[in-house]
Amino acid sequence: MSAALVASAVAARDPALQRRWLALLAAAVVLWPLLVLAEFQPWTLFDARSLRVTGRFLAQFVPPRHDAEFLALLACETWRTVAIATAGMALAGLIALPLALAMTERLSVSAVGGRMARGPAWLRQAVRACTVVLRSVPELVWALVFVRVVGLGPTAGVLAIAIAYGGMLAKVWAEILESADAAPAQALLGHGAGRLQTGLYAALPASAHELASYTVYRWECAIRSSVVLGFVGAGGLGQQLDNAAKLFAGGEVSAILLVFMALVALSDRVSAWIRRGLA
Amino acid sequence: MSPAPQPLPPRPPHSRALPALGLALLALVGASFWSLSLRWADFLGPQALGQMGHFLAGFFPPETSGPFLRKTGWAALETLAMSLIGTGLAAAVGLLLALPASLSGGALATLLHAAARAVLNLLRSVPELVWASLLLVSAGLGPLPGTLALALHTTGVLGRLLAEALENVPPEPAQVLRSRGAGVVPVFLFATLPQVSAQWLAYSLYRWENNIRAAAVLGVVGAGGLGQMLSFHLGLFQMREACTVLLAMIGLVALVDALSAWLRRGA
Repeated sequence: MSAALVASAVAARDPALQRRWLALLAAAVVLWPLLVLAEFQPWTLFDARSLRVTGRFLAQFVPPRHDAEFLALLACETWRTVAIATAGMALAGLIALPLALAMTERLSVSAVGGRMARGPAWLRQAVRACTVVLRSVPELVWALVFVRVVGLGPTAGVLAIAIAYGGMLAKVWAEILESADAAPAQALLGHGAGRLQTGLYAALPASAHELASYTVYRWECAIRSSVVLGFVGAGGLGQQLDNAAKLFAGGEVSAILLVFMALVALSDRVSAWIRRGLA
Repeated sequence: MSPAPQPLPPRPPHSRALPALGLALLALVGASFWSLSLRWADFLGPQALGQMGHFLAGFFPPETSGPFLRKTGWAALETLAMSLIGTGLAAAVGLLLALPASLSGGALATLLHAAARAVLNLLRSVPELVWASLLLVSAGLGPLPGTLALALHTTGVLGRLLAEALENVPPEPAQVLRSRGAGVVPVFLFATLPQVSAQWLAYSLYRWENNIRAAAVLGVVGAGGLGQMLSFHLGLFQMREACTVLLAMIGLVALVDALSAWLRRGA
């Protein structure tokens, strides 16, 4: 018997064949109502009318609009996108710092002698719950709400990033502070130093690099998210993109998309460079 | 007699780049605040704070009438379906694109590799919401553009991760089957795929958690689900309805996180 014959005989009967088919069938049964629920009818993309609209829209993509007036506007809006992200991150840091210091169990004075006293333990849980609330609402929803309060413009975007990222930074900063070596903090607390002194002289120096590099990474995320926030009226590249797409201005859309991709690639490089410099 | 004092350890090296970097960042933050001309007075003045409190108080109590709850429930199911279908499509198409993206060897393989990588990078670098707003042009309002937008972005993310996983698969099982005369498809199905299927599932579940968050907000541009309801009711200043929708969003995300953690433990 040749080797090839053995192989084909083995390949012909897959011992798990029945089980695989049953799994596929079960998946199909679950999938069907989902497809109905999501009104998933991709063929509507290919009916004549929609094809005509799409074709006209895509045909305008080349060449991207590049007259001086539009390019100046793009440069201005790109800076605005970066500025919204940067200002939002700065405020997020201001929000996160006290929350993170309050949450960190390493800095508990009463925990030095053994268990943490009940009051501080409750306070830490309350602060943690507060950051969960800040984090669990997406920044786009915060922006939608703030646009109603302060009106259209960058203020809503800055506030949305400040609040959503403040909650996120507080949680991760506290985790980083907890994961560092406990000995310096315990030594300082044990010799009578206060919480803030211990935080500044033991906890922060030990994990400064990690804290800074995570924050820079988040700044990069904030730039991407500030583009998205423009879609609800918070200004910047996103708002221009939204307007251009609504007007079916293909040339403007492709120009903005190119600038957006360049901005993301650039912030990626800058953030990697800063993080390497910190390490 | 006291023991001789221990010599202090040497001072840590002083970096000159660090203060410069700090100053540059500070300048960037300053320039950002200065150029944005933010309207703090509108937000932090006593009158504005009162208005803000009034606005926030309008959110409570959440609307709990039967018909509205049913409508919110259906929208939540629609969001769930969008995220599941979008992730499932992306898992399938991502695998298909990861195959050429993991090739190496001859001229044709290099070309396919570069082309597939370029497509995956393009898909990944455009956020879901931007895809959705572009797809609205051809698909119209509703959950379809949202689902496709999730699928496009997630395909880029999953495809790249899977291509890397496929590149790192040990080649021996495939070589054994190939030397026994098995064709390309059986070799892939029975030697290569089983080695990455656990990772494939894990990545897809992780992206599903991300996508339920994204699906919830995609509706803001008109792509269906809870997001569309939220932006509709906020637009009409119907705060109590908006509050119910927000609570449904948070509940749905928490539910999916728990479900995914449970599946991951089981897998």
